[in-house]
Amino acid sequence: MEGLTLSEAEQRYYCDLFSYCDTESTKKVASNGRVLELFRAAQLPNDVVMQIMELCGATRLGYFGRSQFYIALKLVAVAQSGLPLRVESLNTVKDLPLPRFVVSKNEQESRHTAVYSSDADNPASYSGVIPPPPGRIQVKKGSVSHDAVQQRTSTDQQESTSPVVSPQQSPPTSPHTWRKHNRHPSGGNNERPLAGPGPFWAPFSEAQPGSSTSSDPIWSGHSPPPHQENWVSFADTPPTSALLAMHPASVQDQTTVRTVASATTTNEIRRQSSSYDDPWKITDEQRQYYVNQFKTIQPDLNGFIPGSAAKEFFTKSKLPILELSHIWELSDFDKDGALTLDEFCAAFHLVVARKNGYDLPEKLPESLMPKLIDLEDSTVLPVFSEVGEQTGEVGYSGSPAEAPPSKSPSMPSLNQTWPELNQSSEQWETFSERSSSSQTLTQFDSNIAPADPDTAIVHPVPIRMTPSKIHMQEMELKRTGSDHANPTSPLLVKPPDLPEENKISSSIKFTPGNTVNGYSSSDSYTSDAEQIGSTVTRQRSHSGTSPDNTAPPPPPPRPHPSHSRSSSLDLNRSFSVTPGQQQAGVVAYPPAVPPRPQPSQGAGPHVHRPVDAEGLIAHTSTSPQQIPEQPNFADFSQFEAFAVSGVNKEQEDEIETHSEVLQVEKPSDSTSSLRVAKADGRVEDKTPANVPTSAGKGTTPLAPPPKPIRRRLKSEDELRPEAEEHTQKTGVIAAVLASQPSIPRSVGKDKKAIQASIRRNKETNTVLARLNSELQQQLKDVLEERISLEVQLEQLRPFSHL
Amino acid sequence: LVLACVICSPQNYPLYIRSIPAENELKFHYTVHTSLDVVDEKISAMGKALVDQRELYLGLLYPTEDYKVYGYVTNSKVKFVMVVDSSNTALRDNEIRSMFRKLHNSYTDIMCNPFYNPGDRIHSRTFDNMVNSMMMQVC
Repeated sequence: MEGLTLSEAEQRYYCDLFSYCDTESTKKVASNGRVLELFRAAQLPNDVVMQIMELCGATRLGYFGRSQFYIALKLVAVAQSGLPLRVESLNTVKDLPLPRFVVSKNEQESRHTAVYSSDADNPASYSGVIPPPPGRIQVKKGSVSHDAVQQRTSTDQQESTSPVVSPQQSPPTSPHTWRKHNRHPSGGNNERPLAGPGPFWAPFSEAQPGSSTSSDPIWSGHSPPPHQENWVSFADTPPTSALLAMHPASVQDQTTVRTVASATTTNEIRRQSSSYDDPWKITDEQRQYYVNQFKTIQPDLNGFIPGSAAKEFFTKSKLPILELSHIWELSDFDKDGALTLDEFCAAFHLVVARKNGYDLPEKLPESLMPKLIDLEDSTVLPVFSEVGEQTGEVGYSGSPAEAPPSKSPSMPSLNQTWPELNQSSEQWETFSERSSSSQTLTQFDSNIAPADPDTAIVHPVPIRMTPSKIHMQEMELKRTGSDHANPTSPLLVKPPDLPEENKISSSIKFTPGNTVNGYSSSDSYTSDAEQIGSTVTRQRSHSGTSPDNTAPPPPPPRPHPSHSRSSSLDLNRSFSVTPGQQQAGVVAYPPAVPPRPQPSQGAGPHVHRPVDAEGLIAHTSTSPQQIPEQPNFADFSQFEAFAVSGVNKEQEDEIETHSEVLQVEKPSDSTSSLRVAKADGRVEDKTPANVPTSAGKGTTPLAPPPKPIRRRLKSEDELRPEAEEHTQKTGVIAAVLASQPSIPRSVGKDKKAIQASIRRNKETNTVLARLNSELQQQLKDVLEERISLEVQLEQLRPFSHL
Repeated sequence: LVLACVICSPQNYPLYIRSIPAENELKFHYTVHTSLDVVDEKISAMGKALVDQRELYLGLLYPTEDYKVYGYVTNSKVKFVMVVDSSNTALRDNEIRSMFRKLHNSYTDIMCNPFYNPGDRIHSRTFDNMVNSMMMQVC
C-alpha cells in the first residue's frame, strides 16, 4: 500500500471507525462483519465495495488491518464523491469529504454506543455526553475503570442518552472552532466541543485502560485515579466525552449525528444548548469542578493562588508553556501574579478549551472576566485580609499550604483593601505615568501633540502646534518653572495666541492695559513685584545676550531702563529708592512727548510683547493705536523692525541693568547711536524705543509705548534733538537721568512741586512698570527666537556628522 | 516614527526585538548593540546615584544621520532601547518617556506571569500587541 496521508479529521474519523469495527479489541484488525456493515452503510453499490476492498488490499490479506481499513474508508469517500476509484486517488484527491455512512437510526445508535463502548481506550465514552457534571464523572470514574469498558457498554447505552440529557454544558465552543463539523444546525451540537477528541483518539486507542496518565489522554482521566494524577482529566472528561461522542457523529451527516446522539435527547440538547449563547460560558458543573480544584490548592475560596502553585498546576495539563503563558496573561486580570477564584476558573476554562482544540482568544471573553467578588462580598473580612496580604506579596507565599497561615492574621479593612488594590493597580499605571514625570508642566504642554491617550491630560489652553511654539512654551515653562506657576501660564497663553491672531493677542494685551493701573494689574505677569523680579532676572539674562544683538540693526532706544532698573531687583523698590530720579525722568519725558491717549499706555508695553512672539506683526504699530491699527499687522517689514526692536530692547535692558547713573554713558552711546539709526531707518523700530523714550519723557501720565507711528515721528523728533542734546545713551534716558538729579532739589523746595513730583513719579512708576512688562515680553521673544534657532541647529546637527 | 524597539537583558542579549518595517531587524540589531555601550557608560556614570524614575530614562543616546537612539534602563539593568527616525522632529522627549513607561509597565506584567522565566525571549501576544499599537500610534 502506498502511504496514505490523512487529514487530521480524517485521521480521527477513521480511527474512530476502526475502533468501532474493532469488535475484538485487537486494535489491529477490524472485524469483517463490522467493516462490511460499515461499507453497506456507505450506500455504495456492492461492486464498488468489492472494488474498494480489493484496492485496499483486504481481500489480499483477508482481513482489514488498520491501514487497509483506512484506505478503504478513503476510497469510500472517493466513491461517494463520485470520483473513480483509483489507488492514486488516495492521496491526490484533496479536500475529500469524509465518507458518509448512512445508517438507520437504530443502527446508528447502537453503532455509536457500540463505538463508544468498544472504545476501550476511551473511558470517556459517554456517548454524546458533553461535559458531564463532575459529580457524574466521579461516579463514572468510580464505576469505570479502564478495564471495565465492557461493563460500561451497557451503562454507556444508558448514559448515551442520559448524559446527553445532562446539562448541555457547552464548554467553550470557541467561535473559531476549526472543526467544520462542529457547526451543527441544531444548537445543541454546536455547543459541543468537538475538537478535542481528535488528538485524543489515537492515544486513547492506544493507551489502554491502564492508566492513561502518562500520555496525552489526560482527558481520559474520567476515573478517579487518573483524575488525580492527571490533573486535567477531571474537567476534561465531560468535554471529551462529548467530543468523543460527537466526533464520529459529527463527521457524518450532522442530522444523522444528531439523531444518533440521542433521538430523545436531541431536543433537550437543543434546548439546553440554545440557552448557552456564550460559547465561553462556564457551566455550573464546570465551575463547581474548578472551584474544587481551587480548593485543593487554596482552601480559602477568597484567597489567592500564588503564581508558582498555579504554574505547577497548569503545567500538568501538558499544554505548551507558550500557551500557558498566554492563558495566564488572559486570566490574570489584575496582573498581580496570583489567581483569585474567578481568575483561576477562567484560566482553567481556557485550558480546558485549549485542550479541546479551541484556539485561545486574544482577549479574555467577557464571561470569563473575573468579577471582583470581594467588592460584592463585603462580609468576609478574614478573607480580605488574606487577599490584602496576598496581593501585597509578590513573592508567592510558597506553597499553598503556607498561604493560609499567612493569611490568617489581622486584617485591616479588607473589604476596602481589595477594591482599593484593584483600583490602585489600575490607577497605578496612570499615576506612575503622571507623577513619574516630574515635568508635569511640560507634559501638560506636550499633550497637545498626539501623545499618550492613557494620560488623558486635557490641555485647557489652545496651543498652536507649531514646533517653534511648542518649544517656546517649553522654554517658557522651564524658565518659569521656578517662578510661580501662575505667571507662566499666561505667558504660555500669550505666545501661542500671538501667531494666529496678532490682532487678538495684541488686543488682549491691550485691553487689559487700558489704564495704567489696569495694565499693571491685568498684566498677566502677575504682580509687578514678581514681574519685576523676574523681569529683572530676565533682563539680566537678556543683558547677557544683548551684546550679540548690537550687531544687528540699531535697537530702539530705551530711555526708561537706564534709570529705573539699574541694580535694584524691584522696580518698585527702585522707584521708591530713587524717586527723584524717576521723577526727573518723568519730568523729562512728559515735555518731550506730546500727549497721548491713555489707552496707549497699556498698549505700549503690549506692543512690545506681541512684537516678540512672532514678530511678524507690527504689534508695535498696532499697540499704540491698539486694535484699530490692525492693518499694520500685515506689515511684515515690521518683523525686522521687531527684531531690531527686540534687539534694542535688549540693549535697553542691558542698559537698564547696567544703568546706574554713572554707567549711563556706555550704553547710552550705543543706544543713542541705535536710536539715531532707528530714526533714520525704521519707523516701527522706533516705536519700542520710542515707547520707552516717550514714556520716559513722560508723556505725562501715560506717555508710553503706544502708537508707533505718531510716536515715531514725534519721538524721532524728540530723539533727534535729545540725541543731539544728550549724546549719552538714548536721549531720553539721558534726559531722564539728567533730569533726575535736578528733581530732588526742586522737591524739597515746594510742596506743590513735591506733589507734582509725586504725581510724576507715580506716572513714571506706571510707565516703568509697563516698560518692565514690555521688556519681559521682549526677553521672551528673544528667548523664543533662541529656541527656534537651537531647534534649527539641532536639525542641522545630524548633518554635521557626515 | 519609531523604527525599532528592543529589550535587552542585564547580560546584554536581546529579549525582545520589534522593528517596523519588520525586515530591517538585523540592521537594528547592530545599532542597538552599539548603543548598549552608551547605555553602560551612562549607567556606570550614575554611580551611587539614586535610582528614581527620572534617571531610568537615559534620553538620547546618540544620533546618527538616519535616526536617533533613546535608552531606558530599569533597576534590574534591563535595558529598553528605542530607535526613532531622525526626520521626525515632532516626537517629543515626553512622548518617548511615556513610551518607555508603557514598555516598562508591560514588561512588568510579563514578569508577573509565572510561566515566564526571566531571561527568556518574550513571546507574549499581549506584549506584542501593546508594542505594535504604541509604535503605530506614533507613526
